[in-house]
Amino acid sequence: MTALASIRNLTVTYRRDGAEVAALKNVGFDITAGERFAIIGESGSGKSTLALAIAGLLPATARIEGRIDWLLRPPPMFDAKAPPSVLPDISPSEGEIGSSAAGSFPPASVIGEGRDESAISPLEGEMSGRTEGGATGRQPASLRDHAPIGGRDIGFIFQDPSASLDPVMPIGKQIAEVAYTHLGLSWRDAYAKAKTLLERVRLPDPDAALCAFPHQLSGGQKQRVAIAAAIAAGPKLLIADEATSALDTIVQAEIVGLIRRLVAEDGMTLLFISHDIALAAELAERIAVFRHGELLELGSTAQIVNAPRHAYTRVLLDAHLGLDAEPLLRT
Amino acid sequence: MTDPLLAVSGLTKRYSRSGKIIAAVDDVSFHIEPGETLALAGPSGSGKSTIARLVLRLIEADTGRIEFEGSDFLSLNGAALRGRRARLQMVFQDPLAALNPRATVARVLDDPLRIHHIASGPERPRRIAALLERVGLSSGLAGRAIHEISGGQRQRVAIARAIATKPSLVVLDEAVSALDVSVRAQILQLLLDLQREERIAYLFISHDLGVVRAIAHRVTILEAGRIAESGDARSVIDAPQSVIGKALVAAAPRLSRIERDVS
Repeated sequence: MTALASIRNLTVTYRRDGAEVAALKNVGFDITAGERFAIIGESGSGKSTLALAIAGLLPATARIEGRIDWLLRPPPMFDAKAPPSVLPDISPSEGEIGSSAAGSFPPASVIGEGRDESAISPLEGEMSGRTEGGATGRQPASLRDHAPIGGRDIGFIFQDPSASLDPVMPIGKQIAEVAYTHLGLSWRDAYAKAKTLLERVRLPDPDAALCAFPHQLSGGQKQRVAIAAAIAAGPKLLIADEATSALDTIVQAEIVGLIRRLVAEDGMTLLFISHDIALAAELAERIAVFRHGELLELGSTAQIVNAPRHAYTRVLLDAHLGLDAEPLLRT
Repeated sequence: MTDPLLAVSGLTKRYSRSGKIIAAVDDVSFHIEPGETLALAGPSGSGKSTIARLVLRLIEADTGRIEFEGSDFLSLNGAALRGRRARLQMVFQDPLAALNPRATVARVLDDPLRIHHIASGPERPRRIAALLERVGLSSGLAGRAIHEISGGQRQRVAIARAIATKPSLVVLDEAVSALDVSVRAQILQLLLDLQREERIAYLFISHDLGVVRAIAHRVTILEAGRIAESGDARSVIDAPQSVIGKALVAAAPRLSRIERDVS
């Protein structure tokens, strides 16, 4: 079992109406490479803050303490001819450990420490400029070359595809620009990849869809496009934050099936964030239960569902109204 | 046998979209007895919310007939319609969109009592306190603004407003869909208590068959504006006959599918 990321003592504080509100309190756990990991919780549990923190997408006003250490291989040199979708290779059995330079694990990157922008050395400034200057997010400057890059190393699927897709850009371009930006493909190759991705997410008539605009698609189709864009650069980690919550039950089941298939095919690690413990349980191998910014319980799906240790997990399980639940209505 | 509270027959609503005529609701008939919950279930675009709006007369039907409390509801106009609306209330999915966010809780509950001449000015604060207590809220909440209270509290205020006019039928359009599961259980229990004590009937619209099975007496499953099947809620959901009914049941997440093996 190899960790992809190790989260330690992560605390995220927002300022709201002059008061400090801790959205995450001293959270720590590991994400194992290749696993399907679910984060569940209700409103205010901190689950979306956690997703944003892992993706490096927290707003600049958030105060971040603690560490997120990544055990990623260093990013490949930017090469216009680089093959797309290089799968992550972090298995120790491949003999990478012990070899030097590009094959070894990079030093851990740390979020929230040493964020002294004035300390950028000329070399580091050059490095960050040579990679993705605009896409580095809120990583410490001195560690940009090792920290994961949103869009390339981490794909993110949000709840509302209408908000994550540009309404006035053809969807083919929205997918192709991810491949163009992060994989260094030519536009022609990037469009060819976009078409392949539309086929992989099972959008009907991919050729026509390349030129379609988001408003011409249904909610489920838009989410398929958002997923295609999220996986276009071959990320190691796919984060789905309530990605099916706005969809009806049938479309939700289709999208969950799609995510499961793509994660398996590409060897991605999945972080599935949901308020729905039953949905999470059907998809994930491990579940972490959050409430009020705290990690209450973490275990295998079977343990969480059948032998929860925390009373709140029991509350969530009991509140689930499955088709096999005892009806509330007594006639 | 008594007359049903609500009898809908041949209800049809068509929209024109880019030159094509689409029937959002196509020849739909159903009835609701006093004190009964009928659920309308179906996927997105099946017409369930359009039916809610037609029954509330927020939009007008093309053809069809709606009898409510024994009279022809679609022929009512003006003061007669406004008067009858006290008996037919609604709760929507998002109370922040349904209620003025800057109004106080007291103001939100004062409106129906005043507009429908249910209580005189001096009497209304006492009635508002009673309504808040009825839905499980502290009367101390009356002075708070809608935007200051939690989502679950807001939905309780929306329910309090709906029952302020002593309706015989409340249309609940995805009224518990946006709530956290623990809050949802409490709101469903509140709706059941109100129904038992005041004999209110519900037209309960939901895409979630688990919720439908938990609180509805009967269910009508819709697809593309038409009724696919209807019947006793537990019988239909436990053994659906229609293709869409089977698809909805198959798609519902189930904890019982998780293997018991804890290792």
